[in-house]
Amino acid sequence: MAMTFDLNVVSAEGILFSGRVESIQVTGSGGEFGILAGHTPLLTGIVPGMVRLVKQYGKEEVIFVSGGTCEVQPGEVTVLADTAIRAEDLDLAKAQEAKRQAEELLNNSATNQDVDYTQVAIQLADAIAQLRVLKLVKKFN
Amino acid sequence: MAGAKEIKNKIGSITNTQKITSAMEMVAASKMRKAQDRMAASRPYANTMRRVIGHLAEGSLEYSHPYLEERDVKRVGYIVISTDRGLCGGLNINLFKKTLSDMKGWSEKNVEIDLGLIGAKAGTFFANVGGNVVANTANLGEEPTLEDLIGSVQVMLEAYDNGKLDRLFVVYNKFVNTMTQEPTIDQLLPLPASEENEALPKHGWDYLYEGEPAELLTKLLVRFIESQVYQGVVENAASEQAARMFAMKNATDNAGDIIDELQLIFNKARQSAITQEISEICAGASAV
Repeated sequence: MAMTFDLNVVSAEGILFSGRVESIQVTGSGGEFGILAGHTPLLTGIVPGMVRLVKQYGKEEVIFVSGGTCEVQPGEVTVLADTAIRAEDLDLAKAQEAKRQAEELLNNSATNQDVDYTQVAIQLADAIAQLRVLKLVKKFN
Repeated sequence: MAGAKEIKNKIGSITNTQKITSAMEMVAASKMRKAQDRMAASRPYANTMRRVIGHLAEGSLEYSHPYLEERDVKRVGYIVISTDRGLCGGLNINLFKKTLSDMKGWSEKNVEIDLGLIGAKAGTFFANVGGNVVANTANLGEEPTLEDLIGSVQVMLEAYDNGKLDRLFVVYNKFVNTMTQEPTIDQLLPLPASEENEALPKHGWDYLYEGEPAELLTKLLVRFIESQVYQGVVENAASEQAARMFAMKNATDNAGDIIDELQLIFNKARQSAITQEISEICAGASAV
């Protein structure tokens, strides 16, 4: 029987695979490669594509990952999968969108930029006091 | 029977309100269960990542990453995670209060503050009170995805890379249990050193790298930060549902109390009307 090792394929939104496998095939940043038990410690980025794995007793399975990182340790392999296709320009577009929303927010706000902490503290205390009064009023009406 | 009709109407409208709040309570309860599942699902990623980064730090890596190094604090960043909707008790207010008191501590030391906001409620709050907002994301919906967060996180990381920020925090409501949600401020950057790393002896081995180690480490650390923020968002979502469930339960109970009281007033009014009628009939009969 072939030697096996632990494989964990996880993404930020959940576990994709966890269990013992005989071998896996991944497309790394430098090309496709296979890993068998006893591989030397390795760390590599992986590109979007399939992770092909042979489970214990020879059953095959294919998982799609949209990029990520693959770490090989003695006796265990971890694939940290991304949940979305990532590219520099895509990330940049998202960052710009977030900035644009922030500017929109600031343009719509009536106050100046600086936080007046005492003023805010007073406002908050006011709001809480009002809530308390409302509760009392409700009780006695 | 003066006022009886008005009281009846009031009871009717409060009964309707009670129906709505009790329905909202049940909806929140079922959504909370789903949110808790999501919270549990995202934990293994962060844990595994922490281990890999731990391995990297342990290995004889001849490279010190800026994300791991402390530097003088001149400007700090906060990623504030709030809910998109209200009606969840004091959840957001408590969070903002904690954030503000922390911010105050920094500004007293003449440290400037940048804010990255996630959630509509944080947007409206900081638009009112001011503050330097550099990134904003809202309307994540019931099932937040990591993709939605990348933008805001990217803005803050960029600022950190360019030396505009020296420290980065994430603020969210930690889901302790259904009854308790705790406003929490966690430091994201520089990565706080975990104790276990220091306790372990340094190994003499290093990875075989495909590509530049520095690039790989950067990618890993960015993903790690993102997953931490995502974790905050899902915990906050679970907290939101739990808090809403609790608030709606209170509202339903209060509505029940008010209905009881109104019913009592209604009965009294009816009784006094009957008494009055009888006494009028009696008076009329004796006059004849």
